[in-house]
Amino acid sequence: MNTTTSTEQKVLMRIRNLVKHFPVKIGAYGEKAAVVHAVDDVSFDIFRGETLGLVGESGCGKSTTGFSLLQLYRPSSGSIEYEGTDLVRLKEKELRPIRKRIQIVFQDPYSTLNPRMTIGEAIAEPIKVHELLPTKEIPARVSKLLTDVGLDPNVGNRYPHEFSGGQRQRICIARALASEPEFVVCDEPISALDVSIQAQIVNLLMDIQEKYKLTYLFIAHDLAVVRHISDRVVVMYLGKIMEIATKDDLFGNPRHPYTKALLTAVPEPDPDRELQRKRIILSGDVSNAIDPPSGCRFHPRCRFAAPACSVSKVELQDLGNGHLVACNRLAEIGDQI
Amino acid sequence: MATLLEVKNLETRFKVRSGFIYAVNGVSFSLDKGEMLGVVGESGCGKSVTMMSLIKLLPPAAQITNGSVKLEGTELTTLNKKELNAVRGARVGMIFQDPMTSLNPFLKIGLQLAEGLVYHKKMTMAEALKRSAAYLDMVGISNSAHRLNEYPHQLSGGMRQRVMIAMALLSEPDLVIADEPTTALDVTIQAQIVELVKDLRTKLNTSIIWITHDLSLLAGMVDRIMVMYGGAIVEEAVLGDIYKDPRHPYTIGLLNSIPRLSASNSKRLSTIGGAPPNLFVKPTSCPFAPRCKYKLDRCEKENPVLATVPGASSDSRHRVACWADVRDKK
Repeated sequence: MNTTTSTEQKVLMRIRNLVKHFPVKIGAYGEKAAVVHAVDDVSFDIFRGETLGLVGESGCGKSTTGFSLLQLYRPSSGSIEYEGTDLVRLKEKELRPIRKRIQIVFQDPYSTLNPRMTIGEAIAEPIKVHELLPTKEIPARVSKLLTDVGLDPNVGNRYPHEFSGGQRQRICIARALASEPEFVVCDEPISALDVSIQAQIVNLLMDIQEKYKLTYLFIAHDLAVVRHISDRVVVMYLGKIMEIATKDDLFGNPRHPYTKALLTAVPEPDPDRELQRKRIILSGDVSNAIDPPSGCRFHPRCRFAAPACSVSKVELQDLGNGHLVACNRLAEIGDQI
Repeated sequence: MATLLEVKNLETRFKVRSGFIYAVNGVSFSLDKGEMLGVVGESGCGKSVTMMSLIKLLPPAAQITNGSVKLEGTELTTLNKKELNAVRGARVGMIFQDPMTSLNPFLKIGLQLAEGLVYHKKMTMAEALKRSAAYLDMVGISNSAHRLNEYPHQLSGGMRQRVMIAMALLSEPDLVIADEPTTALDVTIQAQIVELVKDLRTKLNTSIIWITHDLSLLAGMVDRIMVMYGGAIVEEAVLGDIYKDPRHPYTIGLLNSIPRLSASNSKRLSTIGGAPPNLFVKPTSCPFAPRCKYKLDRCEKENPVLATVPGASSDSRHRVACWADVRDKK
């Protein structure tokens, strides 16, 4: 992707002020009502043909964001514009024809395949539901999809338990491709796989993207994989976006203290580097999303935090070249980061 | 340095309905006092079962069919349950992967910590609680006296893992076995725990075996690394040599398939084809042969022995189980 022309690129999805709150009951008897602020006022664009990485620690709202884009969760407020239509306003029935264009690959290929359906049936399901092909042509299409994801085209009558984790993830990818989508959310698609299998699936996702001209939202916590596969990256913390940038800017020149800490926490398979490296160790844990910190949500763990950070509102600032950062002390921090 | 642990030819299998799963097939290694050993491999490679076999912390279906485990000269495989209990938690401490399920949700943190001291060290409860509080301070849990009266659910995942670490260290064991202690944690919390363990290790001079699937994690942490595959050690060496001069095709493949944070290219990752073996049959040839691109005829007939790498210096302790010499083919 050519990073300098990002403004001219065609926007596939425009997400504005997305909010998703989950009402919960807390207390020993569930007597107190509370709200989990899973995603709080998040805005970003997804360009056609790109891979947008979405990273953050558990509970930061990255999966909730992905699910909300697909309307698997109906957002509490905000808009998700897809090809000029605001998906949030559509009724379930009106969404149906759009659903085939927006698909998902889940994290765990063990629990997302029905054990009583053959994999051929599983892959054919979206084709049948959306009535994309006459019944006679479905078997040939299933074989083609199986070949595309690197499996033997004749295994369609087997059941999920006969396959390894990596093969199952290939099946899930074939199923996502069956309805010929243009946008696929990959929700931690390799986290549940063995190390030697992860690289196979990453390569497959990249090949498939080229072949089917797909746009990906790639959700992951493994930053090295995200750097490898993404064009641009969004960093989330506790329901808010901290930083958005092209991958070279984000990994080469991170401007948010949280991004910086996250990057230094990732180990590399190189002892010389590791033993010399200066790590920024964040103190404490991620705060609670039921009662998130006031002001900047990261301020309790930030080494640059000033008293004002716990009070004043933080907005994303544009540093140019599509590099957005949500930090009020950017100027003071400067190169100390 | 003095040897703490000497394992010879260990074999462990599981009885299942259709026969046996041969999880550990002839593992031999030693560990020095104060040494930190990293054990790396994929799920099902036998890394956890090997280490749990040392203190027989195994499910009922498991059988140790061969081998010896000597902890400072004491043979552990022949101990009865009572004798083993005097070793577990006292001379050998454990840290498990999931601090959520390895703490009892019904008992206060203090009681769970102190229990071991009362049992092993015959302390009174008051003494044991006092010492527990001191160890909570040491692992970075503030307000420790108050924490003793809390229940596990009141702590975050990272805090619970700190409690597990305190628990493992409380009775001043010679050896701590840490089984993927950071896998369930977020990367910033993982960094906290790694720094803590490195720091404690220099303070207490405890030997540590750190089991993981993450080669990157070990790079800044351990003295020596053992790579396991199909229930056997395929390669071992001091830290640097595993990364700079790997000699087993599996180690090489694994290192090449890891994307690096410092590299910005988006070329295809190199992969290891195929999938890890199932171990329903005891391997009689190299378990990695079906996936190996340097495979020789011999590899499919004979199981390679773990032998010193040709040309390795004696202090690199570099051993590899491979018939093909892949030195120049990387």
